[in-house]
Amino acid sequence: MDFIHDNILTLVLFSPAAVALVLLFLPAEEKGLLRWTAFTGSLVPLALTLVLWFGFDASAEGFQFEIQALWYDAIGSSYHLGVDGISLAMVLLTTLLVPLAILASYSIDDKIKAYMILFLLLETGMLGVFLSLDLLIFFVFYEIGLVPMYFLINLWGSEKGERKLWGGMTVPARTYASFKFMVYTMGASLGLLLAIQMIGAVTGTFDLIELYEVWQTSDASLEVFGLGAATVRSIAFWAFVVAFALKVPVWPFHTWLPDAHTEAPTAGSMILAGVLLKLGAYGFIRLVIPLYPAESQTFAYALAFLATMAIVFGAFAAYGQRDFKRLVAYSSVNHMGFVVLGIAAAALAQGTEHATIAMNGAVLQMFNHGLSAAGMFFLVGVIYDRTHTRDLEAYGGLFALVPVYGGILIFTSMASLGLPGLNGFVSEFLVVRGAWPVLTGFTALSMLGLLFTGAYILKGIKSTLHGPLNTHWVGHLTEINKRELFVIAPLMVLMLWLGIWPAWLLSVINGAVSALFG
Amino acid sequence: MFPILSVIVFTPLVAGLLLFLIPGERHSEIRATALAAAAFTLLLSLLVYFGYDQGAAGYQFTEKYDWLPALGVSYYVGVDGINAPLVLLTGLVMFTGVLISWGIDDRPREFFAFLFILATGVLGVFVALDLFMLFFFYEIAVFPMYLLIAIWGWKQTREYAAMKLTLYLFIGSVIALVGALGMYFTSGLGTFDMIALEAADFPLEFQSWAFPVVFLGFAVLGGIFPFHNWSPDGHVAAPTAVSMFHAGVLMKLGAFAALRVGMMLLPEGAQMWMPVIIVFAMINVVYGAFIAMVQTDFKYVIGYSSVSHMGLVMLGLATLSRNGFIGAGVQMFSHGVMTALFFAAVGMVYDRAHTRDINKLGGMVRYMPLVAVAFIIGGLVSMGMPGLSGFVAEFPIFMGLWTASTSPINTNWPYAGWVAPLMAVLAALSIVITASYILRVIRKVFFGPIPAEFEGHIGPITALDKIALVVLAAVLVLLGVFPRLMVPLVETGVDNVIRLFGGA
Repeated sequence: MDFIHDNILTLVLFSPAAVALVLLFLPAEEKGLLRWTAFTGSLVPLALTLVLWFGFDASAEGFQFEIQALWYDAIGSSYHLGVDGISLAMVLLTTLLVPLAILASYSIDDKIKAYMILFLLLETGMLGVFLSLDLLIFFVFYEIGLVPMYFLINLWGSEKGERKLWGGMTVPARTYASFKFMVYTMGASLGLLLAIQMIGAVTGTFDLIELYEVWQTSDASLEVFGLGAATVRSIAFWAFVVAFALKVPVWPFHTWLPDAHTEAPTAGSMILAGVLLKLGAYGFIRLVIPLYPAESQTFAYALAFLATMAIVFGAFAAYGQRDFKRLVAYSSVNHMGFVVLGIAAAALAQGTEHATIAMNGAVLQMFNHGLSAAGMFFLVGVIYDRTHTRDLEAYGGLFALVPVYGGILIFTSMASLGLPGLNGFVSEFLVVRGAWPVLTGFTALSMLGLLFTGAYILKGIKSTLHGPLNTHWVGHLTEINKRELFVIAPLMVLMLWLGIWPAWLLSVINGAVSALFG
Repeated sequence: MFPILSVIVFTPLVAGLLLFLIPGERHSEIRATALAAAAFTLLLSLLVYFGYDQGAAGYQFTEKYDWLPALGVSYYVGVDGINAPLVLLTGLVMFTGVLISWGIDDRPREFFAFLFILATGVLGVFVALDLFMLFFFYEIAVFPMYLLIAIWGWKQTREYAAMKLTLYLFIGSVIALVGALGMYFTSGLGTFDMIALEAADFPLEFQSWAFPVVFLGFAVLGGIFPFHNWSPDGHVAAPTAVSMFHAGVLMKLGAFAALRVGMMLLPEGAQMWMPVIIVFAMINVVYGAFIAMVQTDFKYVIGYSSVSHMGLVMLGLATLSRNGFIGAGVQMFSHGVMTALFFAAVGMVYDRAHTRDINKLGGMVRYMPLVAVAFIIGGLVSMGMPGLSGFVAEFPIFMGLWTASTSPINTNWPYAGWVAPLMAVLAALSIVITASYILRVIRKVFFGPIPAEFEGHIGPITALDKIALVVLAAVLVLLGVFPRLMVPLVETGVDNVIRLFGGA
C-alpha cells in the first residue's frame, strides 16, 4: 500500500501505457478480448485517481504527492510530478472520460487492436500534461498526445467526404482534417518549443517550482539577445499564448477544430473536446499566468477580446451549421471562450477576490464542458451510427421514434446551454461574476453569445427531435442500446450532481486557485 | 588486459577474410558466419559501452603499440564518451545490416566480405587515437564503399554514384591530410599521437589556415553544404545494407573526425572559423529539409533528410557550447540508428514493390504492418517528437544555439546578440518542414488504397527483417524515454572537449 501511495502519480500516468503494452501481445483477431481488456484496463487509472482523490488534502497549500527523479539532468530537467486542486480535477476528468470513450468505441471493427493501443497512449499523454511540474516534461507529453490523435482521425475517421485543395487536387476529408490538426498544432507549439529552449538556456533549469521564482528575476541574462529584457519576455509570452490559444482554441485560431471534430471517430471527438482542448486552457493556468504575471496583466484585454470573439462567433457559427457534428464542434469554441474569459479576468485582477472567483469558474467550466461536450459528441455519434447522416435537415420528428434518446439529448443539451440546476450554469455564472467588475464591456458582449447559445442548442433539438416526422426513418431508427446508456449515464449523473451540489469539486479547485491567484 | 577494442576493430576484417575460405555457392554457411561475426562485434561494443567508467572519464580501454617508431606512428586506440556511442552504433548497424541482407543472392560472400572490411575501417576511425591510424582506417572505409555500390547497387545510377562518392571522399580526405601533415610538422613533437598533439599549442596563424582545411576535408563526408550532393546519390544507388552503413555510420565518420581532428586539435582555429561554419550548418538544416520535401523518390527523401539532420550535428558543434556538443554527440548516435531504420524499411518496400516512386506506392500497411510502424517511429524521431531519441538530441543543440553568443568558449561571436535566437527560429522551421514531408511519405506509401498492380504480389517480410526493425526502433524509444542511458556518458567526453577549448 505504501508503494502505491508513494508512486501513485507515476502509476496513474503510466497505467494506460502498461495496458497498451498488454494489448500489443494479444491476438488481433480476438476483438471481444481486446475491447474488454482495453475497457477494464482503463478502469485502473480511474481507480487510482479515486485513491488519489480521497488521499488529497484540499486544505493544504502547494503540490501534493510530488515525485522527482533524474531524467535529463545534463540540461536541468527532471521527472517531476505533482498535483494540486486544478490538476486533480483535470486528471479525474481524463480518467473518467477515457473508459466511457472506449466503451463508446465498441462499434469500431477495423484494426481494433491498434485503435485501442493508440487510445490508451493518448491517455498517458494527456495525463502527463496535467501531472508534470517540469516544463520540458510538460512539453514532452503535450506533443506526444498529437500522434495518437492524428492516427485516430486519419485511420478511423469518417469515410465519407472529400476536400478540394488549392491545386484542384481532392483528398479524403479525414486526411485533410488530420493533417491540418497535426500541422496547426505542431506549428503553433514550435513557438512554445523555442520559448522553452530559451527559458532553459537562460535559467539552466526546467523545474516549474524553481522557474516560478528565478524566471522573474532573470532580466540580466535576457539582455544578451540585444533586444531588452522586456521585449524578449513579451515575445516569449506571446509564443506561449499562441500555442495554448490554438489548442483551446480561441478565435481566430480555431479553424482546425470543426474539421478535426467532424472527421474524428465518435470516441475521438469525445476525448478531443472533453480533454484535449483543456490542455490549452491548463497551459494558460499552469504556465502562462504564473510565469508571466506582468505580461498577462498587460495583455489581459487582448486575451479577453479574443475570448469574447470566440464566444460570440462560436455561437453564431454553430447556429449556421447544417451538420450536427459541426454544430457541436462550434459550440466547443463558444464554451471554451468562457474559460478563456475567466482566465483573462483572473490575469487582470490578480490578487483580488474577482480573480479567484473567475478562475474557479474557468476551471469548473473546463470540467463541465468536458462532461457535456463528450456527452453531446457521443449522442451525435449514436444517431449517426443509425442514420449515417449528420445533416440536420435529414432528421425531423425523431422524438416519436426514439423517446429515450430524445430525453437524453434534451437533458445533455440543457446542461450545455447552462440551464440552472445543471452543471454548466454554475461555472458560467462564476466566470461572469468574476469577470464583470474588471472586464465589464467584454462580459456584456459575451452575454450576446450566451443568447445565441440558447438559439443554436434549440435549433439542434428542433431539427432532430421535433417538427414533422421524416417517415424515411420509420422502421430504421432503433432506440439507444444498453451499452450506449452505460456510456451516457455516468455523464448525466455528474452533470446533475455538479449542478445541484458543485461544492465537492469546487472546494478542491478553490484551494489551488486561491494559492495561485488569491 | 584483454585487447577488447582491437578485437572489435578486427573481428569484421578477419571474418571477411574467413568468408573467402568458404566456397561461394554455400550461401547459408556464408550468411551464418557473417551473422556470428556481426553479433560478436555488437556484443563486444555493448561491453565497451556499458563497461566505460564514467566516474574516471578520459580515454579507456586504451592500447598502444609502436608501429613506425621512426615516424612517430603508433597503433593507439581508446574510447571516450563521444566515440563509445559511435562504436555501439556501428555494432548495431552491422548486426541489423546483416540481418536484412539475408536475401542477397548475388555473390553474398563477396558482399559480406566487403561490408565487413568497411566496418573495420569505420570502427578503426572511431577508436583511433593516432592521426596516422585515423587516416589509414578512413581510406579503408571509403574504398569498399565503391565496390559495394558499383557491383550490388541500383542498376540505373550505380556507376555514376559510386564514382561521385569515391571522388568526393578522396578529395576530402586528401585536403584533410594536408592539414594533418601540417600539424605533424608544425608541432615539432615528431608524433602522430593525438593526445600529445592536443597539448601542442599550435600558433594562431597555423590554426587559422589548418582548421578550415581539416574541418572541411572531413565535413564533406558529414555531408556539409555545399559538398553534400554526393550523399543522396550514393544513398539511392547503394543496396539496402550499404545505405544503412552509409547514412548510419559513414556520415558520422565525417562529423566525428571533423570534431576529433579539426576542433579538438585546433581549438583556436575553430573559434575563429565558427561564425562561417554555423552559417553553412544552418543552410544544411533548412535547405536539406526543403529539398527532401520536393522529392518523389522514397529513397531520395530519406537521403536529403540525412543532409538536414547531419546539419544539426554540425550546428551543435558550431555553437561551441556545452549543450551544443552534448546534442551533437547524441544526434550522431540517434540519427545513425534512425536512418538505418529508414533505409531498412525503404529497402523492404522496394524489394517487394520494385518501385520507389511515392506516387505509385500505397497501402503497404496491409502487407507489412511492422515496417509501417517502424517507419512511423523513425519518422517521429526525425521530426524531433518528444519521448524519442531525436528530441533528446535536438533539444540541447537548440539550447546551445540560443546561448551561442554567451558560451564561455565561444570567444569570437561577430554577430549581434539577436542573431543566435533568429538562427534557432529558422532552424526550428525545419522541424515543420520535416513533419510535412515525413507525414506525406507515410500517408502515400503506407496508407491509402493499394495500387491494383500490387494486389496479391507483395509478400510479407521475414522474421530476421522483423528482428532488425524491432532492435533499431527499440533503441530509438529507449533513448528517448531514458536519456540517461547515453547523455551522462557523452557529457564526460564533452567535458574533455571543453577543457581543450580552455573552458572549465
